[in-house]
Amino acid sequence: MYRYDEIDQRVVEERVAQFRDQTRRFLAGTLSEEEFRALRLRNGLYVQKHAPMLRIAIPYGMLSSRQLRKLADVARTYDRGYGHFSTRQNLQLNWPRLEDVPEILAELATVQMHAIQTSGNCVRNITTDHFAGIAPDEVVDPLLWCEILRQWSTFHPEFTYLPRKFKIAVSGSAADRAATAVHDIGLMALRNESGETGFRVSVGGGLGRAPMIGTVIREFLPARHLLTYLEAILRIYNRFGRRDNLHKARIKVLVKERGGEAFRDEVEAEWAHLKDGPATVTDDEVERVRSRFTRPAYEKLAEEKMGTDPIFLAWRRRNVHPHRVPGYAAVTLSLKKTGVPPGDLTAAQMDAVAGLAERYSFGELRVTHEQNLVLADVRRRDLHALWSEARGLGLATPNVGLLTNIIACPGGDFCSLANARSIPVAQAIQQRFDDLDHLFDIGELDLNISGCMNACGHHHVGHIGILGVDKNGEEWYQVEIGGSQGRVPGAAAALGRVVGPSVSAEEVPDVIERLIDVYLQKRDSEAERFIDVVHRIGVTPFKDRVYAKTAQPRAHRERALEAA
Amino acid sequence: MQKLLSHGRIASEHWKRLEGGAARWLAVGEDGFVPDFPYEADLIVPVAVLKRRADELFSRQGSTGVLLEAEDDPRTIAAHLERLSLVAIRFAKFSDGRGYSIARLLRERYRYGGELRAVGDVLRDQLLFLKRCGFDSFELREDQDPAAALVAFNELAVTCHARAA
Repeated sequence: MYRYDEIDQRVVEERVAQFRDQTRRFLAGTLSEEEFRALRLRNGLYVQKHAPMLRIAIPYGMLSSRQLRKLADVARTYDRGYGHFSTRQNLQLNWPRLEDVPEILAELATVQMHAIQTSGNCVRNITTDHFAGIAPDEVVDPLLWCEILRQWSTFHPEFTYLPRKFKIAVSGSAADRAATAVHDIGLMALRNESGETGFRVSVGGGLGRAPMIGTVIREFLPARHLLTYLEAILRIYNRFGRRDNLHKARIKVLVKERGGEAFRDEVEAEWAHLKDGPATVTDDEVERVRSRFTRPAYEKLAEEKMGTDPIFLAWRRRNVHPHRVPGYAAVTLSLKKTGVPPGDLTAAQMDAVAGLAERYSFGELRVTHEQNLVLADVRRRDLHALWSEARGLGLATPNVGLLTNIIACPGGDFCSLANARSIPVAQAIQQRFDDLDHLFDIGELDLNISGCMNACGHHHVGHIGILGVDKNGEEWYQVEIGGSQGRVPGAAAALGRVVGPSVSAEEVPDVIERLIDVYLQKRDSEAERFIDVVHRIGVTPFKDRVYAKTAQPRAHRERALEAA
Repeated sequence: MQKLLSHGRIASEHWKRLEGGAARWLAVGEDGFVPDFPYEADLIVPVAVLKRRADELFSRQGSTGVLLEAEDDPRTIAAHLERLSLVAIRFAKFSDGRGYSIARLLRERYRYGGELRAVGDVLRDQLLFLKRCGFDSFELREDQDPAAALVAFNELAVTCHARAA
């Protein structure tokens, strides 16, 4: 992973001092609430329902054991002993005291961490594929480019007060595991016929209230032009994006209002002036950044020893992923155990996972946008031992890619924006689908829950998406099906469609069960996934079942019980 | 107390705003003439006045500056930049970041080398970024402490960005 140089280190240290002074002035009353708000937000500090929430940056999801131990330490000392991994690969602390935040940041700076630009109307943490650098299907390693983008976007003076937040994601393989199509800028790294590295650039994707798939405005942008081209896009957005209405301020609205082609023409015209300018990424610059990345020293390994325990085999099937180096594998530690809020990890678990990463994966790990952790470089022969340890920590639920691997925002339990709670709904669904055989039979299914239209839980791109809505002060849930983040090569990202009227929290598990029943009846084979069936037969058969007037039999579970 | 920072120190003001808005200075009176500009004053005028009466403005003894609003296109004053001694960009709200892009355009694309001033809701915590986009003078909002604000220029001495650029 990338190691800071003196400049990187100085930047985070100076930022700590600056934020300490800003906090001091706010507490002394010389900085107004509104002015401090803009400053604290761009440092990841929200004022939430119960307490402030601090969002700590984990640039493109890469984390070292040392950093994770520090996070554990901070969670114990300044919070309630746990943290929440978010869909932007960051870590959120839910209970810090505002007065302590400068001290927390100072602690983080000692391990090359910070909370810079994790919120606010600026360029946010860059996200990428959690298998970056190790995926067998990878064309270009996106990590290097993520770091170049991180350095460029950190305190970029021109783009500190954009109309709205700005999210960039990078993927380097055809299977888009970074959901680039639903980002303000999505970058697909690729190579042209002559082997040159470049990017397919899409703009104006996004979730939130008006979900949209991004528009490709350039099929191939040579890599050296990456920053000048992005400056052109951001400048057009900064100057002409809507500032009169918070809900119309994202770049997707500008792209839509202008039309994709007209927007592209504007960007190209702006870029004509910036191209080959000072922000051009020279070979030297690429080399400078590349040279600060450490790479795992892989061994030449023989085949793995296979375990035979069926639970191990189930885990191996779901949570172990291919690696480009023979004898190695990537392992997902599931933070989606039934009964635990999705994405939450206790300080003790953090310490233990830091140890696992040290012993099994070169002291590094990654945070996924699906709110799990990945040990990316595990010797296959160690899988069984790792599994046993992970199991002891409650981190070996074999559910990656399955229905209970739920993405969920913190929801109404914590967030002041939420209309409804997410976590209890996620837990109720996990409980309903706790039977592993049944879960495996249902097969691949992404279920995402957001507590409000802001869509932090990415409900629009879940195969099943659940959105919390407020009806006269009560929590209701709207269900969508057919969304997809485009993770399967060749299958484009898609937005879900609402099945019908919203339902109460208690009804949600039943609704999911009915959707699954329709799927199991209609699929032509086990190979046809839920999402494939939705795309083949449409929403209507699902809708008919969910809202059928006659009382529905409690489907699979009861039938299974009767049969037993 | 002076609220102007220029080139890293507290400065005194010699510029005057043209009073009464653009319409007054473009309206033809009953005598068939538009009003005369003050001859000796260093004047900051709206874009519309500059565009319509540039030659008169520049033939005065006093210097001429222009005030851009965030929605103004810097291209429209490009032809006058060589003769302008000051370009001011107004920030109606500190969180409206359009002026940062306008500043870079003026400096980098149109090679403007004169004084570039931020006016309006100009606060200490934005100074550093404004400076990095090319502003070299700052008319602080009334409640700001200019001496304290000077410190802000040194808060982040280095940037990753400056190195990458």
